[in-house]
Amino acid sequence: MTSRPFALVVELDGHGAHPAAWHADGRTTRGLLRGARVAETVRAAERAGFTAATFEDAPLAPGLSHGARVDAVQRAAFAAPLTSAIGLIPVTHAVYAEPFHLATQLATADFASSGRAGWIVGVDPDARIAASSGREPVDAAQAAADASATVEVARRLWDSWEDDAAIRDTASWRYLDRERVHYIDFEGESFSVKGPSIIPRPPQGQLPIIADASAGVPADVALVASSANATVSAARAAGAGLVWLELEVALDHAGLTGAERVARLDAHEPWAVGPFGRYLGDAAGLVELLTGLLGQVDGVRLRPAVLDEDLDELGRAVLPALRRAGAHTPPAVGATLRESLGLPASVNRYSTKAVTA
Amino acid sequence: MTGKPLKQIHLAAHFPGVNNTTVWNDPASGSQIDFDSFEHFARTAERGRFDYLFLAEGLRLREHRGRIHDLDVVGRPNTLAILAALAAITEHIGLVGTLSSTFNEPYELARQLQTLDLLSGGRAGWNVVTSSDAFTGANFRRGGFLDYADRYLRSGEFIDVAREVWDSWDSAALVADTSAGRFLADDALHRIDHHGPQFDVEGYGTLPRSPQGHPVIVQAGDSADGRDFAAAYAEVIFSRHSEFDAGRAFYEDVKSRLAAHGRGRDDLKILPAVTFVLGDSEEEARERSREIALQQVSPQTAIAFLEQVWGRELSAYDPDGPLPDVEPDLGGANITRGRVRHDRDPGAIAQSWRELAEAEGLSIRELVIRVSSRHSFVGTPQHVAEELNRYVQGDAADGFVIVGHLTPGGLDEFADTVIPELQERGVFRTDYPEGATLRELLGVRPPVPLPVAVPAAVLAEERV
Repeated sequence: MTSRPFALVVELDGHGAHPAAWHADGRTTRGLLRGARVAETVRAAERAGFTAATFEDAPLAPGLSHGARVDAVQRAAFAAPLTSAIGLIPVTHAVYAEPFHLATQLATADFASSGRAGWIVGVDPDARIAASSGREPVDAAQAAADASATVEVARRLWDSWEDDAAIRDTASWRYLDRERVHYIDFEGESFSVKGPSIIPRPPQGQLPIIADASAGVPADVALVASSANATVSAARAAGAGLVWLELEVALDHAGLTGAERVARLDAHEPWAVGPFGRYLGDAAGLVELLTGLLGQVDGVRLRPAVLDEDLDELGRAVLPALRRAGAHTPPAVGATLRESLGLPASVNRYSTKAVTA
Repeated sequence: MTGKPLKQIHLAAHFPGVNNTTVWNDPASGSQIDFDSFEHFARTAERGRFDYLFLAEGLRLREHRGRIHDLDVVGRPNTLAILAALAAITEHIGLVGTLSSTFNEPYELARQLQTLDLLSGGRAGWNVVTSSDAFTGANFRRGGFLDYADRYLRSGEFIDVAREVWDSWDSAALVADTSAGRFLADDALHRIDHHGPQFDVEGYGTLPRSPQGHPVIVQAGDSADGRDFAAAYAEVIFSRHSEFDAGRAFYEDVKSRLAAHGRGRDDLKILPAVTFVLGDSEEEARERSREIALQQVSPQTAIAFLEQVWGRELSAYDPDGPLPDVEPDLGGANITRGRVRHDRDPGAIAQSWRELAEAEGLSIRELVIRVSSRHSFVGTPQHVAEELNRYVQGDAADGFVIVGHLTPGGLDEFADTVIPELQERGVFRTDYPEGATLRELLGVRPPVPLPVAVPAAVLAEERV
């Protein structure tokens, strides 16, 4: 039944998921925000064979103890021409953003990567984000509604050009067949968008949309904190085609166990236990854990404690073992993210032509 | 021999735009959207040692007579995302995008420009435009909220807020001091607390100072208000005055406004947009120019162009025949939407065109070519280089925004033949200075002094 590929996804945030990760890797923080750092980490993730990389965003200033982040969509776009197989999935916060810009930025990342972009929908009603962007703060329910409306606008805008709209007809001197470009006429509670998009339909048609299962946003992929049957079934029942488990990892590395590494960092600042599971241990144990998840979830997003150290171990010992066991296949060069995830090709809602089966 | 030292020419490369200057029906014409086209264009511009590459923006597809305009190229990528992708595959060239101060909010856009400056090592620039039309506003949360008269008020306050964001971290804010366990220095972040007619913004910036501190500001205003705005805020004017005498007058006018803002004449560069056609001989270049103009102004484009001024349907007229005898319909002025509007009286324009057509015996199509598609510089590479240099040394410009007519190869010939001619004359760089920011390439100081001096060593580190 599960002919569907098992996705291995890695979060490439800053120094790593541990708040004191910057103590471990000996890097200057200025270097962290440079293009060279984005290039280095995304290439390492692609070499390791990950299906996709995700890019966390930070619309607010960092705390006094940890990292700053440059804009996530721009990081994904920057990574696009430097890679050829790995999916590139930025977080963008959808509650207070301008839906039209958000949709065209993601479509552009999809063009720049030849169809390897996705989108993690951030649904954060934090009033400080509203204050910085000059918008009225909303409550959690309204945030979910506005983020869902933003998703709907993006989906319509991505479909607003049919694939063959640019006809370049020399006989009639017409560049465009305007019958194949459509107004989206979205009328929402908080905003309206006329359309069409300014950019043609992206290579994937529809980018895979990913959201936390509890966010209340319609998505192709739901992120869950537990692989318990009830959690996974609820996410599937809510409409997600795929379910990914979130997992924090700290592997044995350079003569230290994962637990020892975390303890050392915890002395600087403790790694608070959040909603996600956490694996501390050797590569073989992680391979066993991930193999055991086959058939339960469709993939895992790993959050390495210290990016440089754990990404190294994952690429050296974990992904090769999973590959040998037939549990995971790295994405093919030139494959779209939809293809790598096993999502069906998207059909254009505005298509004026009969859909062929 | 005495005299002024030669001025150095500054050049920008304009990615072919969404208008009829861009020829799409030539066999050499490629995709306007695929990244390969942008990569080819950027690599050519960097090979040619251009100061920066430039992208225009349009936030709603243009309409003509109530329908989407279908005769020109249509569609373009998002400016910020494509510039971020180009930052990854270029090393030296500036990356300048047009971004609306009407349909963006300053905190978010300032952060995105700061991102581009960080990712590119100090090569970001922003062409500030302020449209005010409800037509474009229909794609955005606030709709058509801005009065035409308030457009410079909006963009001035927008830049003020953006600067607050860019300045909100001291240059030494990021300490990442592992022994003390501190990532940020105390009191290093300054709270933004802006309340003005256009914006209420509160919070802290999210990023440390980028290599340039403030990305380079480009502006295209032409009215008296626009010129004052540029003198106060901009470091480059993207000018439309591409003829020598008009260029000199504009140049002197704008430069003379700088002192009132405490700025030097070199701190604002004036770059007119110009087109070019090259050939091995003057004759060949003129012939190519004529052929390109016929591609740019199709029979249908000629009629649509007239309709913009006449404000009425003219499809019954023969493009190869004389100009319409009917008068413009002044009530139909908004027949074309989503493009720069004509600021002259349609009746007067129609009258002057009729006189020109009569005097020179021009058909509709020939007239439209004559008034809209004259190529700025036509000739051999030596001749074009000589002319460009004459403009700059004669204070009609500090350089140019070079507009090719083909995607993606429209700049290749210019880079390969005209640039070496300029370099031979000693008026254009033969290589990029190592690690130069866009501001340094242009030789412009920021309009306001940076609040905290950034140590050169720190900047050098950031640019690697």
